Amino acid sequence: MPERRTIRTDYLARVEGEGAMSVRLADGMVEHVELRIFEPPRFFEALLRGRSFREAPDITARICGICPVAYQMSAVQAMEDVCGVEIPEPIRLLRRLLYCGEWIESHALHVYMLHAPDFLGYDGAVELARDAPDVVERGLALKKTGNEVMSVVGGREIHPVNVRVGGFYRAPTRRELRVLVEPLERAREAALETVRWTAGFDFPEHDVECELVALQVPGSYAVEHGRIGSDRGLDIAVAAYDAHFVEEHVERSNALHSRRTGGEAYLCGPLARFSLGADRLSPLAADAARESGLETTCRNPFRSIVVRSVEIVYACDEALRIIDVYDPPDEPFVEVEPQAGAGHGATEAPRGLLYHRYVLDAEGTILDAKIVPPTSQNQLAIEADLRGVVGRHADRPDDELRDLCEQTIRNYDPCISCATHFLDLQVERR
Amino acid sequence: MSGRVVIGVGNVYRGDDGVGLSVASLVRGRVPADVAVLECEQEPTRLLDAWEGADVAVVVDACAAGGPPGSVHRFDVSSDPLPARGFRSSTHAFGVGDAVELSRALHRLPTHVVVYGVEGVAFDTGAPMSAPVQAAAEQVAAAIVRELETEQRDA
Repeated sequence: MPERRTIRTDYLARVEGEGAMSVRLADGMVEHVELRIFEPPRFFEALLRGRSFREAPDITARICGICPVAYQMSAVQAMEDVCGVEIPEPIRLLRRLLYCGEWIESHALHVYMLHAPDFLGYDGAVELARDAPDVVERGLALKKTGNEVMSVVGGREIHPVNVRVGGFYRAPTRRELRVLVEPLERAREAALETVRWTAGFDFPEHDVECELVALQVPGSYAVEHGRIGSDRGLDIAVAAYDAHFVEEHVERSNALHSRRTGGEAYLCGPLARFSLGADRLSPLAADAARESGLETTCRNPFRSIVVRSVEIVYACDEALRIIDVYDPPDEPFVEVEPQAGAGHGATEAPRGLLYHRYVLDAEGTILDAKIVPPTSQNQLAIEADLRGVVGRHADRPDDELRDLCEQTIRNYDPCISCATHFLDLQVERR
Repeated sequence: MSGRVVIGVGNVYRGDDGVGLSVASLVRGRVPADVAVLECEQEPTRLLDAWEGADVAVVVDACAAGGPPGSVHRFDVSSDPLPARGFRSSTHAFGVGDAVELSRALHRLPTHVVVYGVEGVAFDTGAPMSAPVQAAAEQVAAAIVRELETEQRDA
């Protein structure tokens, strides 16, 4: 009889939302690893059918309370693609500024409240705050600055209401944006301190091997648009996404897992963005990355906390640059007339590539919607990493193994709000 | 009194998780004029900003503490933590209880903080709010209005 053991926990802390995870070991060998996910996007895809294309930004913003801008930006881009509309540069820059606010807010939340406690031996941010209130206040201040950017540009911190297909309902004045300069300058300093702080953590030597996928824009760190690229030479227009990536339904789960069409797992998010675009960071962010000890690529998911911190520096820097050159557009939006057809949008959500595809009829009614969030794209890569972690540490006691699994998952900042329901960790040893 | 605030927490697309938002909309216009009414859709670290500068905060969220659907709990967390387990049914990594304790650790908790928890039963995406929870929303809204009016008279 093989030696088999079972470990169960009720939930996995400090991951956005809820999900389930099970691991089965027999005689020290990993038999099965599964991250079960339940996906609100499936519900939203159904909800969107029959609605006007103009409603998509407001509806999709509700998919996630952490990254509403990402959903809006991919949605409007896809709608503008269907209708053949080009967005003028000032509006594109405003969108990028709004997105910078979301990166700052989301990354600060993950770095300080959810991820850092793993490296410092705390159960969570509350315990960290008791010992190091200044550190946690720094994280909260950063997060608040991100919220302020979203509030000024987007109209509301969570679920910005100012975004529409074609642009914005109202463009902020120069004076309104100038109000953000001082907080952003302070935030940039705090972000640099964040890089120095996280760079001092202990990181296990651990690289993942899968293909890294991120948007690419010549001369710029990709945020709100770009072509889809990878470290293995992929270079495609967003419209070609479905020819290169497939979603498959997984038994015993509501989830769709994404794979490359060849069947392999791939990884999107901060590690992919950084590894493909480190040379396009702003000089300040690039210097911070170098001083932190990051090389030009990073495949160690534990170090993603440093990469996120560098991306906060970049987002502050980039937001300040945009505010500096901001010239309010003559019109806050371009009039978009509906057209029948299909359109595609992809942007870099804080957690990685977020792909939308819509089919409209001539009146602009949504006939079909497809939304692929970053966490479901990363799911196979996370499972592969977990399988390796469990295999290498199968001799550890159950509690330690469970902690390792939890941290492994948190390294990827999975946004379970948009990808998973009830993260109920089960390690079964049989 | 420098400020009072009612904050509804939840997600309108997750069935009974929308109860906090529902209560916020029910009390708006009925509470004394000095009371701000806010909605917090997911991500409860935002609570720290929402109650910043307030002396009194009333927070409403769904919970799953094992009671009958629609039953209402009222916790005064001004000095003691929220019972840990019941409030993790909402889709928050960082729950209301964490936000209270984080605020306390940073000495940023309002003097008087009350959390209402409404026992939910249906948290599925797209589910409507269940009938007992809808009824409870009315009951909680009325209780909050009463509580804030009484407090004003006693002040």
